[in-house]
Amino acid sequence: MRERFLIGFDPFVLPFMLGMAFVLIYCIIGLIRVILQLPKADRRKLAASLFVPVNALRNIRDMFLDCLIHVKLWKRNPKLGYMHSSIAFGWFMLIVLGHVETFIYVPGKAGLFYYPIFFRYFMQMENYSLRGSFFFVAMDLFLLIVLSGILLAMFKRIRKRFFGMRRTTRLSLTDRVGLYSLWAIFPLRWIAEGFTAGIAGGSFMTIPINMLLKNFMSNPENITVAWWMYSVALGTFMFALPFSRYMHIPAEILLIPMKNAGLKVYHPRKGFALAQIYTCPSCGVCIDACPMSASRQNLKDTTVYLVRQVKRNNARRMNAMTDKCLMCGKCQEVCQINLQSYDIRMRIRERAAYNVGLKYDYLDSYKPVPGKGKVLYYAGCMSSLTPVTGRSVRKLLNAAGVSWTQMDEGGGICCGRPLILAGRRREAADMIARNTEIIEGSGASVLLVSCAICYRVFKEEYQLKGVKVMHYTEYFNGLLEEGKLRLKRGDLKYAYHDPCDLGRGCGIYDEPREALFRVGALAPAKQEKAMSVCCGGSVGSLTLSDGDRAAITQASVVNMLHSGPDRIVTACPLCLKTYSRYSPVKVVDFAEALCDGLEK
Amino acid sequence: MIDFGYSLSKSNALKIENLDDSRFKALHKLEPDAYKCIGCGSCTASCSAGVFTELSLRKTLLSLQRGEGKGYIDQLQSCMLCGKCMLVCPRGINTRHLILSICKIYSVEQ
Repeated sequence: MRERFLIGFDPFVLPFMLGMAFVLIYCIIGLIRVILQLPKADRRKLAASLFVPVNALRNIRDMFLDCLIHVKLWKRNPKLGYMHSSIAFGWFMLIVLGHVETFIYVPGKAGLFYYPIFFRYFMQMENYSLRGSFFFVAMDLFLLIVLSGILLAMFKRIRKRFFGMRRTTRLSLTDRVGLYSLWAIFPLRWIAEGFTAGIAGGSFMTIPINMLLKNFMSNPENITVAWWMYSVALGTFMFALPFSRYMHIPAEILLIPMKNAGLKVYHPRKGFALAQIYTCPSCGVCIDACPMSASRQNLKDTTVYLVRQVKRNNARRMNAMTDKCLMCGKCQEVCQINLQSYDIRMRIRERAAYNVGLKYDYLDSYKPVPGKGKVLYYAGCMSSLTPVTGRSVRKLLNAAGVSWTQMDEGGGICCGRPLILAGRRREAADMIARNTEIIEGSGASVLLVSCAICYRVFKEEYQLKGVKVMHYTEYFNGLLEEGKLRLKRGDLKYAYHDPCDLGRGCGIYDEPREALFRVGALAPAKQEKAMSVCCGGSVGSLTLSDGDRAAITQASVVNMLHSGPDRIVTACPLCLKTYSRYSPVKVVDFAEALCDGLEK
Repeated sequence: MIDFGYSLSKSNALKIENLDDSRFKALHKLEPDAYKCIGCGSCTASCSAGVFTELSLRKTLLSLQRGEGKGYIDQLQSCMLCGKCMLVCPRGINTRHLILSICKIYSVEQ
């Protein structure tokens, strides 16, 4: 190998170099901005985490698996995974091998950005060597891998169902510029290297191209044109990158250490949240996952579009989209980059002005009858609309011989979660304080909750000293395991619905299923556990109309009926009430289902 | 006159030319369900806060429709936004958003 030109420069590298410089400057400024926006404590936490060896190794592993291999996409759909990792990993290897070649053959030029990228133009082959052939074959192999990925990407535009996706994101203008220039880069590289294959050498990809069009290709006039085109495609992509979804490529490198340091979202578009927003690749996996996609007109309010509006700082749309959301958290569960959309939405809601002068000075007038039970049962507001919940819980408690007291018999005060979901955290603090006072003063050691919504807020927001908060699915499953509660097995098939706040919110999936298995068979829903579909009744949404909710509920019921159950079981009175309106089979509460197994 | 222990109350009649429903129209724009109410009172019957206070969404909405509403906006401040009224409403009115919207539009008075 030897250099073809003494100066080692040609004007065609300029578009690439300008684009590269632009991206680098943009990213460095962005990095400094994000770091400066972080609160001091977070900044310290991030800096400290970088020097913990375990954490540093985890960062490197995550960067390799998430940025290059796209493991989560492989798990979702192998074709989708192959498409992304072939482009990302293949391109990465082309860049790395280009640098290695430069280091080996012309170490003096290794400092130049463009040299490894346009290596084949600047170098000339003199004789074959094993080492040289290895690089020729390897480079062509990775080019082939990338090209196969690009071909799949083009096919995905026509048939997304082949990749297991029903809907994909509508791209913005800059996204399109980025996409088409990305598609152009690799075929152009193939052609450009084909032009110089007669001089610089090549392998199974580039030499055949060169041989096919021998006369045209060997004309030196045409060579620079091909390389110019390749460089322009690269430059266009680089200039479009910061304004398009391809910003996720550099942003994810920053996001991974931040995530591993355990930072929290404190502002919807600053610091950690900003890093997440730039890392969103607009893949659109969240569109199919969103329960709102049951009706077409709400598709535009899904997380991927919210992220776009947050990026543009469009306050009106941001608020409207956030107010509509059910806050079920499914988009977060399917997200490839774990975008914490729940937290981002909560911060947006907390900033929204409603002019609500909520006053809770009447709370002190609420004085529940003091009981002596070791278990304090809190049924929650919603249970007063589904009296069967409380009735069944009391029946089971009596059957197990537990001494209990009900805290909110004849009306209690709300747990505070609906207020928190409406972004009124400060007002909710009044309720939390009053409830804490009552619970701690009761002398009970267990707070039994039969509502998933209440359970989540008791777990997340309350600091109850000496009182264990338990959801009734956990509690009754415990009683069953200890043998304090005995149930007879019937022959009904139950389909268990995971309430959003209990499943994705608190991670309780197995206890209710284990308990239900003692009274009957389980009929799994089509999508369950972390993938469970919201019932549509969620108090998380502020603006969804009754009609939109009905569409969501119907879609969710169809999901529950997947394996032909006799009963739909849910562990949340809100889901129970919502499902009952639309379900063709009987919908029962978890405790009610357990009561089926009690000796009559 | 013989005092029978009751008397005729003052007329409740509204003078339509005095009715100022501009704000109610604004409310309807913000929450299209505002005109759907049939005044059945299910919301009031199921209200968590209504156990402790005078809060009644039915009365509030009715008086706002009449261009009044004095005193009723204050009552809304005790709402806990628990959403039970939304579940029981036979007309499927999004009551939580209705309450937030009322506060947004009428709070200028306060």
